[in-house]
Amino acid sequence: MSTKKVKLETPFQEDKAISVLREIMAGDPVRIALSVLLGFFIGAIFMVVFNEDVVSSWSEFGVDPNYALSTVWWTIQDGYGALFTGSVFNLEAGSFIEGIRPLTETLRFAAPLIMAGLGVALTFRVGLFNIGATGQIMMGLAGATFISTRVHLPIIIHMLVAVLAAVLCAMVWGVIVGILKSRTGAHEVIVTIMLNYVATSFFTYLLREPNLLLEANGGGTPKSDNPDDTAKLGALLGPEFNLHFGLIFAVLAVFAYWWLMERSTFGFRFKMVGHNASAARAAGIKVENTFVWALAISAAFAGLAAANQGLSVDGGLTTSIEAGIGFDAITVALLGGSRAGGVVMAGLLFGAFKAGSATMQVAGVSPEVLGVVKALIVLFIAAPPIIRAFYRLPKPSIKVIESAQKAKAAKVVK
Amino acid sequence: MKLELRNITKRFGTLTANDNISLTLEPGEIHSLLGENGAGKSTLMNVLYGLLQPDEGQILINDQPVKFNGPGDAMAAGIGMVHQHFMLIPVFTVAENVVLGNEPTSKIGSLDLDKARELVKEISDRFGFEIDPDAKIQDLPVGAQQRVEIIKSLARNAKVLVLDEPTAVLTPQETDELMEIMRGLAKSGTSIIFITHKLREVQQVSNRITVIRQGKVVAAPSPKSSASELASLMVGREVDLNVTRKPAKIGAETLVIKNLTVLDDRQHQMVDGISFTVHDGEVLAIAGVQGNGQTELAEAILGLRKIHSGSIEVAGRDLTKSTVREVLEAGLGYIPEDRKKDGLVGDFTIAENLMLDGSFGAPFAKGYQIDFAARDRIADELIEEFDIRTPSATTLAKQLSGGNQQKVVVARELSRELKVLVASQPTRGVDVGSIEFIHEQIIAARDAGKTVVIISTELDEVLALADRIAVMYRGKIVGIVDSKTTREKLGKMMAGIAA
Repeated sequence: MSTKKVKLETPFQEDKAISVLREIMAGDPVRIALSVLLGFFIGAIFMVVFNEDVVSSWSEFGVDPNYALSTVWWTIQDGYGALFTGSVFNLEAGSFIEGIRPLTETLRFAAPLIMAGLGVALTFRVGLFNIGATGQIMMGLAGATFISTRVHLPIIIHMLVAVLAAVLCAMVWGVIVGILKSRTGAHEVIVTIMLNYVATSFFTYLLREPNLLLEANGGGTPKSDNPDDTAKLGALLGPEFNLHFGLIFAVLAVFAYWWLMERSTFGFRFKMVGHNASAARAAGIKVENTFVWALAISAAFAGLAAANQGLSVDGGLTTSIEAGIGFDAITVALLGGSRAGGVVMAGLLFGAFKAGSATMQVAGVSPEVLGVVKALIVLFIAAPPIIRAFYRLPKPSIKVIESAQKAKAAKVVK
Repeated sequence: MKLELRNITKRFGTLTANDNISLTLEPGEIHSLLGENGAGKSTLMNVLYGLLQPDEGQILINDQPVKFNGPGDAMAAGIGMVHQHFMLIPVFTVAENVVLGNEPTSKIGSLDLDKARELVKEISDRFGFEIDPDAKIQDLPVGAQQRVEIIKSLARNAKVLVLDEPTAVLTPQETDELMEIMRGLAKSGTSIIFITHKLREVQQVSNRITVIRQGKVVAAPSPKSSASELASLMVGREVDLNVTRKPAKIGAETLVIKNLTVLDDRQHQMVDGISFTVHDGEVLAIAGVQGNGQTELAEAILGLRKIHSGSIEVAGRDLTKSTVREVLEAGLGYIPEDRKKDGLVGDFTIAENLMLDGSFGAPFAKGYQIDFAARDRIADELIEEFDIRTPSATTLAKQLSGGNQQKVVVARELSRELKVLVASQPTRGVDVGSIEFIHEQIIAARDAGKTVVIISTELDEVLALADRIAVMYRGKIVGIVDSKTTREKLGKMMAGIAA
């Protein structure tokens, strides 16, 4: 066979790099599910290979092969079993409330991931590779912290104002990216990376300044006061659980995102720009303005994640409250195929990883395995050919309805 | 050299692009390969040129089977290909381009350009090409560039030349010159495979014709066949090549363009102070060879491209500085020359594509929400009315054939509240059946009193549709003439010679 690359006569031929990027950002559910599966599989190999029992039992494989094989099995079961116990349901708990606690922890960890993930997903749909959620969350945290520690308002109102402040501050950060992109043509990847640094440093600076956000009688560590109780997101299921009202915001955000992207005319135009900016322009859409809007709304979702983080802690805030959510949001959006439902699933999975890592450690399995699984899943999604090769899937092809007769026949059948 | 393609079959997945095709080429013969877009001509030629491997069948040269693993093998065997898009380096001279990849060297290994010049001069003189070996490609007209491509093949001793749609970029005069060159080459023993869908050219030069339809050889008609016979073979049914139309009922001046100047992205003046007026109930065709400012003119009218100076008015309303959306809302319909780039979103369904420019209000949107029921109802109506051949309205646009894609664009634009229709290359890359249909729709719009501007590089299309013809050359209008003007005269105008 010839090794020469051939341009076939298929319609809608795109630049290869663009079409691969689009394939990654669009996310086919089957391929994503297979990526997750393969990620867990390789994670299991890690657990097995680095487990001392397995290593010693395999050195006596000739003596007792059954034992060697069963240690492998038990190691995997222990590891992922601990993940289940830590993130879904504790079967050994004394009461139902104790048993269900892990699931509520998963939900608590998932909520900010879902909200920030929706923000990133939105920009993916518009064709922007926005990795600025970290910076937007930092700015949102700055806004939320200011309202929650420096302004004193009645209960509920205080919380709502703090959430609003987080959203608006994040949006400002998003709009800056949008304006830089649409007015100067700067690439959003570079702009967002740099603005992440700026925002993180800016928030740290605010936390250092006694007149700004530094805690009363604070010293050299950049740390804020404890937020007012009136501003905090209240407990959702009573004091036995850590789960708070952030989950409600996450649920609302999911519905808002779904309506925006699947039902509204804004979403229609967003998707149009994302798929074919040139055709959108010819259809009367101001592509540059669309970028600004998309980045602003995207940042609003990140702002909600910031509020979730900043208004749910006991004790003062430091920048570590961001907890890598801004970066995980990119992964969640990719894994969720930028769809509302997918982002929810991906957020829950990553939330479960966060909730379950402690129990895994207790069970003697390094929770870093989960980091490997997480990274591998994204790697597989980002490199569709790997997954296709592993599962021997066919290449995606464009099915062209070639002959008019065939199409007409199909029409008649219908 | 005798070339034979024997029982070639090439499949892509479930699609059989070439189904048991056989073709022979005698020395000194011009063999036309006639077929619609997507019939399988290009696939067959890619097989011949070693770019694709056939699933079945073989290639024989002088009755010996050969196997080409790439274009290099094919070239070495004496096969040269002139692609539709030239493979020339604009800043290099003719001689440099001709020897590129096959450079003659002196004893110490440096490039021997004198030898290259001689080679070009020798071939050019032999066939009367009149090409200066030292001219830069970018300074040559398109017709001359094409001759450089031919010289390139001949310099490598090509005995078989494949010309892939060579006349698409030429003026009628340049086309005639090319035909002359082809005859000369054939006389000297070079055989030619001439790929085209233009019937007139096939009739002019062919020794033999093979018609391909849906990947199969359907006929080998005599070169003396009439155009309508050839068209029916190509399409598979009777075709009426003439658009029947009533005399125009000229109404009010609706589109008025005055002293319009437009620059392209590199600040070159592409439209140079042109003025014209189009009336209701009239089709003005803008003819001209590609790249003479038509694209920029269309983009300027739509508001996609900034206007440098001059003005555009639709029905008394000044649209010179308007945005695209304002222009569309003022009643302009626009069929872009490249539907895949500007007319459709390939990953959207047909229903979504039919509302592409309608997301701002009724009937497709209620408030900020899409009215899905209305959208689907309108889609079904338009699919029926515009004969879009698709399994359903939820089929993705990229899955449709070129003709049906274009019908989606036409349906969308004509179904809006319309005063002016600007259609750029409305039937490029479209099958004959769809061409007929789209032409009928355009004429129907004109008869309904709309103002129609057609921009086309195809003289046949211009003559079939136009009430008046404006010819563009280097950004200027050479003249506006009536539709009874002869091809010869239009051809001269397309080369810049005023009437």
